[in-house]
Amino acid sequence: MARVVVDVMLKSEILDPQGEAVLGALPRLGVNNVKSVRIGKRVEIEFDDAETAAAVEEQSQIIADRLLANPVIENFTVSVPGEDAA
Amino acid sequence: MSSNMLDTVGVADATPDEKQPYAELGLADDEYTRIREILGRRPTQSELAMYSIMWSEHCSYKSSKVHLRQFGQKNPKTPRLLAGIGENAGVVAIDDHLAVTFKVESHNHPSFVEPKQGAATGVGGIIRDIIAMGARPVAVMDSLRFGELDHPDTARVLPGVVEGVGHYGNCVGLPNIGGETVFDPCYQGNPLVNALSVGVLPRERLQTMQASGIGNVVVLLGAKTGRDGIGGVSVLASATFDEDDDSDSRPSVQVGDPFTEKLLIECCLELFDAGLVVGIQDLGGAGLTCALSETAAAGEGGMHVDLELVPLRAGGMEPHDILASESQERMLAIVAPANVEQVLARARRWGLLATAIGEVTDTGRLIVDYHGQTVVDVPPESLADEGPVYHRPIAEPNDLGLIAVDRAETLPRPSTDEDIRQTVLDMAASPNLCDKSWITEQYDSSVFGNTVLGAPHDAGLVRLDERTGVGIAISLDGNGRYARLDPYIGAQLSLAEAYRNVAVTGATPIAVSDCLNFGSPEDPHVMWQFERAVTGIADGCRELGIPVTGGNVSFYNQTGREAIHPTPVIGVLGVIDDVARRIPLGLGSTGDTIALIGATAEELSGSEWAWAMHRHLGGVPPKVDLGHEMRLADLLSRLAGTEQLSAAHDLSAGGLAQALVEAVCHSGMGANILLPEGADPFTYLFSESSGRVLVVIPRGQELAVRSACEQRGLLITPLGVADASTDGLHVRDRFDIGRAELEAAWKGRIGAVLGE
Repeated sequence: MARVVVDVMLKSEILDPQGEAVLGALPRLGVNNVKSVRIGKRVEIEFDDAETAAAVEEQSQIIADRLLANPVIENFTVSVPGEDAA
Repeated sequence: MSSNMLDTVGVADATPDEKQPYAELGLADDEYTRIREILGRRPTQSELAMYSIMWSEHCSYKSSKVHLRQFGQKNPKTPRLLAGIGENAGVVAIDDHLAVTFKVESHNHPSFVEPKQGAATGVGGIIRDIIAMGARPVAVMDSLRFGELDHPDTARVLPGVVEGVGHYGNCVGLPNIGGETVFDPCYQGNPLVNALSVGVLPRERLQTMQASGIGNVVVLLGAKTGRDGIGGVSVLASATFDEDDDSDSRPSVQVGDPFTEKLLIECCLELFDAGLVVGIQDLGGAGLTCALSETAAAGEGGMHVDLELVPLRAGGMEPHDILASESQERMLAIVAPANVEQVLARARRWGLLATAIGEVTDTGRLIVDYHGQTVVDVPPESLADEGPVYHRPIAEPNDLGLIAVDRAETLPRPSTDEDIRQTVLDMAASPNLCDKSWITEQYDSSVFGNTVLGAPHDAGLVRLDERTGVGIAISLDGNGRYARLDPYIGAQLSLAEAYRNVAVTGATPIAVSDCLNFGSPEDPHVMWQFERAVTGIADGCRELGIPVTGGNVSFYNQTGREAIHPTPVIGVLGVIDDVARRIPLGLGSTGDTIALIGATAEELSGSEWAWAMHRHLGGVPPKVDLGHEMRLADLLSRLAGTEQLSAAHDLSAGGLAQALVEAVCHSGMGANILLPEGADPFTYLFSESSGRVLVVIPRGQELAVRSACEQRGLLITPLGVADASTDGLHVRDRFDIGRAELEAAWKGRIGAVLGE
């Protein structure tokens, strides 16, 4: 099974209001030793079994770059879990 | 000098010959020489960053200043004007107690790079200008221009921009009460995102940006400072996009947080009401650099700041990064020492950071220390007020003569009634005239419960005071095609249209804000267009008796050598004593008379018809008669007061045909029309002669309205009746268009093209 994981994070210099909100809420839990919170998203994609690894890799890059991430303000990484084992 | 050594004033003194990247920061040779003369040494890195930002086109208005002076010189004197050009936003008195502040500003380049965040921070920025005057923001509007509707990049830019405008406005809780959306290929690589905000204040709450009172404390309020849009002002706003802009050289963009902005609004208003601040300034395009130098220059002239006290969001920020950062949702307050504790406490209660970072001094210098070492020591007015002033070369474009004789009046026209009928439908479905509710439905237009008229009315209308019913109307209009044909007339046509749109609601126009979108000022032809447009607006406002209260200039709107059409966007603000007496859009009730006020000439050049049907732009734009506009506005305000009109609608792009289509689509009525005898039906329906309004008169009021028109020398022509039993638009002896067919053409076009 060709399973691909795309992780999308805001670039480090970009404000993350959601992360800031979580950071601001932590003291209410009594947690006072957190410096920074950044929130991103993880996308899991499953390709048809017949796809070649090269095609999966290429298409994942396209999907991530054009649809899942906004490259102007976000970075993404594409990884294939279990690739080493295969 | 090693890169990790702090470039202090002492270091600058010791290393006078250090090479500095002033050219990369957008400073010219002579500008750099002048900085060295002002300081008597080379600038430090931080100073260089500050000068490059403050002397950029965006902040210094160096190319436009000599022309913008006309507004001050020609502005009519009015006791209503409480604060004008040079302030964060103009303030006009509404009555003895209330005042209103409004301003329109561009966020064009950031919105092209990152449409959603660019547009969102544009809205956020203009809202802070309104807060800085002491007002509670009560509404926003947006004027948007994109490339062709069916161009692939429009499918990227438009939904992003609309999402951004809606996201920020909706989250911060301000109604969007209208605006305009225009498509033209000239905006393909340079969309225009102009945002307007309006606020209301008790007259005595008016704030200034002065850092006055020696010993007073400088407090930074709001969000932390991060690496947002560093160099954004000098790089983003003053550089033309290159065709081969690659992702690595993309300037960093700012991301806003509307919820923090909401807290800023409430916190600032509380501080104002409690009388706790002496001066206030928003942090906009040039961040701390601009706020520090402007407040210092406007006040006692001296300020001392300890930069390491600024709360940071990112690690490794150098002093010049902190000074240049464009992080959103920040304000700078000047506070008497005795009140500092209270200000900090109240900010904490609102969940906002507030930090004392410096104080007002009598040194006449803006001094910034970083961990005890001085990195900036400059006269603040050299940054804020004494930037370079250019008299750029001006040259009339060579093609104007050719364009003027290429008149749209000679284009082939639909000749049969059937052809005219089809043209009405095709025009109604064209991108510029079709229903924009796909866009406006994404905006909250009614939060606060004071919106009386929003999109798609000619102007937005909000109630200011529930007890008296007093309200304001605002319209935002531009027409780049007319301005391309003749920038002087084109600018006045936009002014006249915005003025008329306000008048059509029954409000009386009182003030103007403008956003001037042009190509590169280094192009003498663009400079000529700019000079003509500014002169047109200044002359027009003088004649109309309403002052320009502020606005903004956006240059370098071009891709490669292709500049956009010169696009002055004009916002007109009007006041109405009782919003219950406003005149709506529509057709009134069955039996009401439909009539046209104003004369129709054969004026098709620059029209929507010539563009939509022939892709033609040439000839001479319609004539402007501002005296006529004033009589028309006086008439409409009178008839609103006596409730002698059941509806009214401005005639603009698309002419009478489009006004009828919209009136029918916005009411349950049909329109039963008989075109005047002898009138050429095509010209009468599609000409864009200025100064015309479609009115609907309740039964029994026809004579009174006619005589009110005649008293003012205004031509009124009965066109027919509103009739619930008529299906859609019926033009007697010519053609019928049923409601279903009309709505099918007019509605849903934008969503259909964008695939939603």
